[in-house]
Amino acid sequence: MQSLMDQFFNLEIMAKALPLMLSGLWMTAKLCAAVIVLGLGGGLVVALANVSPRRWLRFPSIVFTDIFRALPPLVLLIFIYSGLPFAGIEISPFAAVALAFLLNNSAYYAEVYRAGILSVGKGQWEAARSTGLSQTQTLTSVVLPQAVRNVLPDLLSNTVEVVKLTSLASVVSLSELLYTANMARSITYNASPLVLAALIYLVILWPVVRLVSRFQRRLAA
Amino acid sequence: MQNFLHTFFDPNVMARYLPDVLSGMMVAIWIGAAVVVAGVTAGLALACLRTYRIAICDVFIICFADIFRALPPLVLILLLYFGLPGVGVRLSGPVVLFVVLSLTLAAFAEEIFWAGFSSIEKGQWEAGISTGLGFGGTLVYVALPQAVRLAIPPLVNRVLAITKMTALGSVIGVLEILSAATTAQSFSGSATPLSLAAIAYLVLFLPLVFAARMFERRREQSLGR
Amino acid sequence: MVSRPMLEIVSLQKCFGDNVILRDINLKVAQGELVFIIGPSGSGKSTMLRCCNRLEEPSGGDVIVDGRNIMSGTRRDLDLMRLKVGMVFQGFHLYPHMSVLNNVTLAQRKAMGRTAEEAKARAMDMLERVGLAHKADAMPAQLSGGQQQRVAIARALALDPLVMLFDEPTSALDPELVGSVLAVMKDLKAKGMTMLVVSHEMGFARETADRVIFMDGGVVVEEGAPDEIFGAPKAERTQAFLSRVTR
Ligand SMILES: Nc1ncnc2c1ncn2[C@@H]1O[C@H](COP(=O)(O)OP(=O)(O)OP(=O)(O)O)[C@@H](O)[C@H]1O
Ligand SMILES: [Mg+2]
Repeated sequence: MQSLMDQFFNLEIMAKALPLMLSGLWMTAKLCAAVIVLGLGGGLVVALANVSPRRWLRFPSIVFTDIFRALPPLVLLIFIYSGLPFAGIEISPFAAVALAFLLNNSAYYAEVYRAGILSVGKGQWEAARSTGLSQTQTLTSVVLPQAVRNVLPDLLSNTVEVVKLTSLASVVSLSELLYTANMARSITYNASPLVLAALIYLVILWPVVRLVSRFQRRLAA
Repeated sequence: MQNFLHTFFDPNVMARYLPDVLSGMMVAIWIGAAVVVAGVTAGLALACLRTYRIAICDVFIICFADIFRALPPLVLILLLYFGLPGVGVRLSGPVVLFVVLSLTLAAFAEEIFWAGFSSIEKGQWEAGISTGLGFGGTLVYVALPQAVRLAIPPLVNRVLAITKMTALGSVIGVLEILSAATTAQSFSGSATPLSLAAIAYLVLFLPLVFAARMFERRREQSLGR
Repeated sequence: MVSRPMLEIVSLQKCFGDNVILRDINLKVAQGELVFIIGPSGSGKSTMLRCCNRLEEPSGGDVIVDGRNIMSGTRRDLDLMRLKVGMVFQGFHLYPHMSVLNNVTLAQRKAMGRTAEEAKARAMDMLERVGLAHKADAMPAQLSGGQQQRVAIARALALDPLVMLFDEPTSALDPELVGSVLAVMKDLKAKGMTMLVVSHEMGFARETADRVIFMDGGVVVEEGAPDEIFGAPKAERTQAFLSRVTR
């Protein structure tokens, strides 16, 4: 029991690791900001292409989402980080992570947006068009606001996944939360920093997860 | 162009490392299949348990589901793999991967099945109970089939997302596709093995993506959208 | 001859928290009798019916079915009792994932222990009786409301109940579909089923009911033959209620 506490809940070691991990947390925050914004934006573009009546837009967007839903994000990240230099493109860890997750998250956010856009009935389009709004105006001022509201819980739950995903950046030595925790672990030979990292993730994400559950009580039949 | 092809799709390198990647695929399939069976079964069992509305059980299940949905699996993987030996428990990489992914899937599956149960109207339970099926009988024959049916589309999505995470095994030395590829990459000095890995994952997971899409589209149609 | 009642409700009470819904309900229903229950919305008609098979747990009092007190006994006894007390809901509550036939055989097989063949034979008899044998293989969603309700009746009948409880069986139906369900109920009555019916179909009550009960404020305010209650209600509250519902 004592050894268990020592190995996983050693407060002394946690305290020592904290400054390093706080800098990691700051990096995680920046990373989250970047990948969430990129994902939300990229996803919207892909989703709009996906619901477009024009086939030459729809088809690539379907291929895009399918491929990036099938590829594990870590594989994508390694491919970009270790593969691109072979093609003469040097890329920083941060940029590699941002690019990999832009591709991956756009595919997932796109699916959410798409469901949202489809949940807005045809009647809304027709009503807006009949009042003289253009296609684009209808989309931006009538359909999208409703679409986003309808899928807010799913957007939120996808964002939780995006935040969790940033932990993969540790694999390409980006010094975010998990990377710094693991570093502290390897220096101290003690798992407490990893426990601390887990606790930090919990503190941040548990409330959001709870909120998502609140929202998503029922499944559509 | 020639150069690009040579860097990313060198046939010699491909032929040389294909066996490694194939055996990596087998490892991914085995672990993935075990995770799906264990995770979905556990999630379903927990959701069923929750229908009994035993307060203490509910608290436990909700906390379990919340925690394992909030924690990044990689954190848990490192924690178990590097932390447990310090207290004298040494789990192999594949076992750690299996345990973490199963728990994660169980947490998500529980929430999905529970949402399925919550979507069934009370009258269904009352009909079953009033015909003498009892709570257990109504659960098994009336509520469960309906909950499972509602759960399948989101569940397929989640299964896909979590089985893909077998790639995380590369971080703790599980010889799955990605670790086979990165090893091959450093030996061969070519990016081709990475392409090979990407192709291997597409082969494995595109069918699941198609299945997931089929279920979603079917539901959209049944909703009359 | 003094026969014992098929269903007897003795000083039944039910409260939800501080809210007393049933104060003191006493009622005897003889074998083959159809008792029709009326009362304002929220007067506890559904609650009383649901206490008769303990879908709602009574707060006090007893319910005796065919001489057996349903308030005592094991959980298994409770399920066996529920086989003997059929219930038909306003919302039908057919199982949407099963064919009509399986809806009717499920409890026969899983709760009564009948074999698949026995259950099927019995189910087809009952579906025949409600005029829907030809729909045995349909799914509930393919049926009209009236047809669904008749299947729900067949589902309860297939368990050989001693008493049938109906909670507003026609309230969710389009007017033109009400007749088919009432016809089935009339036929049941003619064949000697003991029935407790909550409904707004006053015409049906006049024709078919042996007795009408008016409930309000958690008690039985007045009871009597349909002609007495509808023609010359004694209690003021009954008069007020009837003048409101019969325009
Ligand atoms: N589960 C419950 N919890 C709390 N209150 C309840 C519950 N079920 C019923 N009630 C209350 O009990 C009262 C009686 O309800 P009940 O459904 O028995 O009335 P009713 O006579 O069937 O009315 P209606 O004609 O509208 O069907 C209502 O005030 C209702 O709000
Ligand atoms: Mg009622």
